[in-house]
Amino acid sequence: MLEYKSIEELCRAAHAKNCKLSELVLDDQAESMELPREELYRRMEERFAVMESAVKAGMNPELRSTSNLTGGDAAKMWAYASSGGVCGGFVNRAMARALAVSENNAAMGKVVAAPTAGSCGILPGTVVSLASEGRCTRREAVMSLFTAGAFGMVIAAKASLSGAEGGCQAECGSASAMAAAAIVELMGGTPEQCAHACAMAIKNQLGLVCDPVAGLVEIPCIKRNVSGVAIAFSSAEMALAGIESKIPADECIDAMREVGNSIPCALRETAKGGLAATPTGERLRMQVFGPKK
Amino acid sequence: MNVFDIIGPIMIGPSSSHTAGAVRLGRIARKLLGEDAARAQVELSGSFAQTYRGHGTDKAITAGIMGMDSDDERIRRSLELAAESGLEITFVETEIPGAHPNTTRITLTGKSGEHVVVQGASVGGGNILVTGINDMSVSFTGQYNTVLVRHLDKPGAIAAVTQFMAGSGVNIGNFRLSREHRGGEALMTIEVDGDVSDELMDELRSLAPVQRAILIRAM
Repeated sequence: MLEYKSIEELCRAAHAKNCKLSELVLDDQAESMELPREELYRRMEERFAVMESAVKAGMNPELRSTSNLTGGDAAKMWAYASSGGVCGGFVNRAMARALAVSENNAAMGKVVAAPTAGSCGILPGTVVSLASEGRCTRREAVMSLFTAGAFGMVIAAKASLSGAEGGCQAECGSASAMAAAAIVELMGGTPEQCAHACAMAIKNQLGLVCDPVAGLVEIPCIKRNVSGVAIAFSSAEMALAGIESKIPADECIDAMREVGNSIPCALRETAKGGLAATPTGERLRMQVFGPKK
Repeated sequence: MNVFDIIGPIMIGPSSSHTAGAVRLGRIARKLLGEDAARAQVELSGSFAQTYRGHGTDKAITAGIMGMDSDDERIRRSLELAAESGLEITFVETEIPGAHPNTTRITLTGKSGEHVVVQGASVGGGNILVTGINDMSVSFTGQYNTVLVRHLDKPGAIAAVTQFMAGSGVNIGNFRLSREHRGGEALMTIEVDGDVSDELMDELRSLAPVQRAILIRAM
């Protein structure tokens, strides 16, 4: 059975079995959970279906969060995407999907924590986008979540997936790295290319702090899901082009842990620093919760 | 840890600790009450007290008290649903000294007059720790099937229960005893591996030292 303690282990095992990472992980998890492969696939498909419905729910232009600070931006992005924007329709629609899922989360809608609620828009923004625009089959998309999940397990074991422990790099950074690996697999890349994509996504979010305004999972979390999608795609594209990360994925994850440990407490989900402590951040906090007691 | 801990859980947003964990704390309180609640007083301490409105923690705890799960889309409307069903619920901001930042103390009164006070914390990622039931301190997470046994603090009570469980093939993973005072009311918290059947719980309740026994299934 796999230990999920290094990305290198996953790549080596996939080579030995001459299979995709997703197939390796599905087989391994079925064995360790003592459940049939079909049951595990069914559970993952259920999660994929929740991601799809969260995209749909979040596109409602009337949607507002409980705090009334956010909502409705996914609808704006979706409308804008029809013009093609600067980056093309696909990327703009992917950004809209990430906004939709994150805004739906803030509005107490149903989501899949992937790996956390704060970063729940990144896998839907990437993997749901590829499936719903015909770039892969639905089955392949569901399977790619096993690859994403395995990369997440390694990050959880070696570093952290929690903003309170490791800053936003641990949440949106990890989600983006997981998504980058999934995209590469869906586009026919090798396990090594998945690892390079993961490494490049982490490198591009290293040091990202967790500084939520009013302590709520809204500002800046929702928009960081969009940049997480953009970084996942750009990292995957580089890997698919044959570009390698000079620093291996496992060492990038180690660096993420070290960086996370040195982020001051004020910038780890406590809402005491960064954007939360700006005059506007403080005014928005007052607007929701009233004066500090 | 498995792949569904990373791609999952399916939950109602916005925050695993302020919503998903809060629902579970409400559910545990309802389960310990043993009947539908008529009145609830929810004390919120620390970060829960400061941010519950923005995170919907009040809606989440209410939903749990009404028996909803953490992926139930009615959570968003739970305050209205509670009012419609006649559940009277009040929220009190407080400071419980020394408690985890995300702590709540839930006092429930049931439709037939049952009463329970449950204290617990949402400790991250939707996980919880129940720390108090009535005046007794406990410690369980709800991740395992948990059997709570109320009994009088008398010699042989623990042996009777654990021997019965061993005889029924139930493996105990964790055992904790708390009591009000010597010879007074006591509570066993027994986390077990595998399933515990309703028949087994009935047999357990018929043991002499046992006053009341509840099974809280892993969630």
